[in-house]
Amino acid sequence: MTPALRTDGLGKRWGAFEANSDISLSIPQGARHALIGPNGAGKSTFIHLLTGYLRPSAGKVYLDGECITALPQHQRVRRGMARTFQVNQLFPDFTVLESVLMAIFERKGLGTLWRRTVASMAAEIDEAQALLQSLRLQREADTRTCELPYGKQRLVEIALALAARPKLLLLDEPAAGIPTSESGELFEVIASLPRAVTILFIEHDMDLVFRFAEQITVLVGGRLLTQGTPDEIAADPRVKEVYLGEAEHG
Amino acid sequence: MNAMRLWLAGLVSPTPGRHLLRARWGTVERLLWVLLPVAVFVFFPGHLLLATQIAIACVFALSLDLVLGYAGIVTLGHAASFGLGAYTAGLLAVHGWTEPFSGLVAAALVAAVVGGLTACLLVRLGDLSRLMVTMGIGLMLFEAANKAASITGGLDGLSGMQMGRVLGLFEFDVAGQVGYWYSVGVLLVVFLFLRQLVASPFGLSLRAIHQCVGRAPSLGMPVGARLVAAYTLGAALAGVAGALLAQTTQFVGLDSLGFNRSADVLVMLMLGGAGRLYGALFGSALFMLAHDLLASLNPVYWQFWIGIMLVALVVFARGGLTAWYARLRQTIRTHRSLHP
Amino acid sequence: MEQLIGVLFDGVAYGSLLFLVSVGLSVTLGLMNFVHLAHGVFAMLGGYLMVRSMALWGLSYWEALPLAFVGMAVLGAALERLLYRHFYKAGPLDQTLLCIGIILIAMASATYVWGPQQQSVMLPDRLRGNAELLGLSLGRLRLFVVAVVALITLALAYLIERTRFGAQVRAAVDNRDAAAGLGIGVDGLFTLCFALGTGLAGLGGALAADVLGLDPSFPIKYMVYFLLVVAVGGAGTIKGPLIAGLLLGVCDVAGKYYVPEASAFAIYLMMVVLLIAFPAGLYGRRA
Repeated sequence: MTPALRTDGLGKRWGAFEANSDISLSIPQGARHALIGPNGAGKSTFIHLLTGYLRPSAGKVYLDGECITALPQHQRVRRGMARTFQVNQLFPDFTVLESVLMAIFERKGLGTLWRRTVASMAAEIDEAQALLQSLRLQREADTRTCELPYGKQRLVEIALALAARPKLLLLDEPAAGIPTSESGELFEVIASLPRAVTILFIEHDMDLVFRFAEQITVLVGGRLLTQGTPDEIAADPRVKEVYLGEAEHG
Repeated sequence: MNAMRLWLAGLVSPTPGRHLLRARWGTVERLLWVLLPVAVFVFFPGHLLLATQIAIACVFALSLDLVLGYAGIVTLGHAASFGLGAYTAGLLAVHGWTEPFSGLVAAALVAAVVGGLTACLLVRLGDLSRLMVTMGIGLMLFEAANKAASITGGLDGLSGMQMGRVLGLFEFDVAGQVGYWYSVGVLLVVFLFLRQLVASPFGLSLRAIHQCVGRAPSLGMPVGARLVAAYTLGAALAGVAGALLAQTTQFVGLDSLGFNRSADVLVMLMLGGAGRLYGALFGSALFMLAHDLLASLNPVYWQFWIGIMLVALVVFARGGLTAWYARLRQTIRTHRSLHP
Repeated sequence: MEQLIGVLFDGVAYGSLLFLVSVGLSVTLGLMNFVHLAHGVFAMLGGYLMVRSMALWGLSYWEALPLAFVGMAVLGAALERLLYRHFYKAGPLDQTLLCIGIILIAMASATYVWGPQQQSVMLPDRLRGNAELLGLSLGRLRLFVVAVVALITLALAYLIERTRFGAQVRAAVDNRDAAAGLGIGVDGLFTLCFALGTGLAGLGGALAADVLGLDPSFPIKYMVYFLLVVAVGGAGTIKGPLIAGLLLGVCDVAGKYYVPEASAFAIYLMMVVLLIAFPAGLYGRRA
């Protein structure tokens, strides 16, 4: 079976600084895959390379077997890849409903439609309402994004990615900034996504990682250190050293 | 009275286009669009030429609102499209093609082509570079038009055009009555079109790009293509405004391409408030009326007071009159809720 | 050949003036991220200050020149404190609108007070006519201009490279927040640098009064040139605008001399092409 995502020697350097080097991994369909590593390991850079936000200095990216390394961002999204950002990238003036509608319009290729008003697009509005309901955001549907508390904004961030109905979902620290009591709820939503969606997420909260991930990749200094099941990773002495070593000097 | 308040609130809503999501014409709005032009015609018959100029300025400012207010592309060279449209319509008329509406279409096309090419250059640039590049292109066109005096008339301008009848029925008259209704009619059509556009998914996507250009591509949006589309459309509409000027005054001067005109339309839009459509209308009307009043006294006064107005605008009233009014309402509302 | 050298020399003189006025703009843009389109206003007012002080108070040319510098430095400092510093965080659009407003106010006031005509400058005898230098006959005023600008450039270079003040400026250009964090009084630094820039612009305007001509439309007429110098040379440096200014001066004079039909067009075309070729924009080229 073709892996949902495969990278081949992916790397990014700025001058002498190598943010990512020689990362090759393969993620099967329907996986729940976590990417962990200390601060500055290059995890977000990796996501940027996958989505096309940054161009790689070396290596290739394959989505469902298709080489997408040369494709611009919006075309990767069209092929089923969606992401969330570590720091919210939202539309401050739009209401939650408008933001999600925007994502749905683009997915359906309606972004250039000018003959109908947004208010008349009943089918898309229904879909948006349903999505908001599944994320328990329906009460905030008509609130402007900039007026929402941070936790709710984080949910909007995820809603935008989900509205694209992706085959591959890349989550960059989805629980960042959310109180621990609520982050479990957030991950329940993520975990309840159908198996047709492959999920790769970066996370620092180890409880969440070990609860929801089936495979974990460890990135250190821009390089792939190791990969395995949660049990294997928990037992790996090198991983312990990376994290404990960090704690000693940090 | 409540309907009136609601309508005003909608016009100057802090969330531009929010009321337009419902996109139904309030009764007050409908009435105003019918009554105001008629009232001007009836009560100010000697000022129809000025009123025509105001209508043309409104179309011009609306076109800039699409580009700047909605799509967020800053430009100091929008007069290039205006001037191109004016010269296109003027040259067509001078060389024998005098049908007015087709002149508008031709002007729109020429402006759109040049605008589209410009837009392809602009999409990758930051705000500051966009300002400089658009200014540079405007200046280039001005110089080119100046040097090509054999075609454009150079500093003397292009004249000697006789416009044909509007709709085959109405001859352009000296009092400017036909010119007035012609311009107001075009303004109405352009306004209706833009109102529909900004309430549509396309309009929504432009506002999305304006608010968070980093997020738009991750939604699958081809940002560059969208911006080029918006800019081209804005250029076409500016060309229509220029053509209107050429046809109603039967003259095209180099100033229609000049930097001053680009700066003027920017001031008009910012005065009224960008991103609200009605801001373009208020700003243009206010600007043109003030210009008529002050410039006739002494052009130096006009220059001075526009300067003062601009400085006051950016210091006290960012976002223009409509935004200032919206903030005022917000303050009153907050005050009322705290002191019931 | 002599013609060519004459043209080159004129170009260098013109370019020196462009540099003198633009160096302040470069510092303002690089240091404070402020698009000071109205920089030409200070050049114009410096010119008027010199001409009018000579006419009204009987100052000599040699006294009026430093007055132009000091006067514009003081005015610049005042405007920076009162008005400009509130716009450092504002976007380019708001800054542009502010500057256009200031240009209009200045132009209108100048027209109202002194009339729209070009001002004539009473040059001292020593600066009139030509001087024989290395077998060439060169304008004395232009020689003076080049000498003054050369001296000022050396002084600026020394200031920036060898003094503590210069080090602080370089640090703040590189990373404003870090510099502030180090305890560098960034606010005061800004005012000082801005004043220095406007003072130099005023001096440049005074010198330019005879070379380029002084009338109320000066700020708009030459705005593009100042911007071009900074765009090409890079904001936040001194060397860049110097080279760019000289280059632009020579190209413009040569263009007007050899290809008068297309010279203005070519200048604008060059600006557009350069800005597009370097999409990082006016900020992206720090030395």
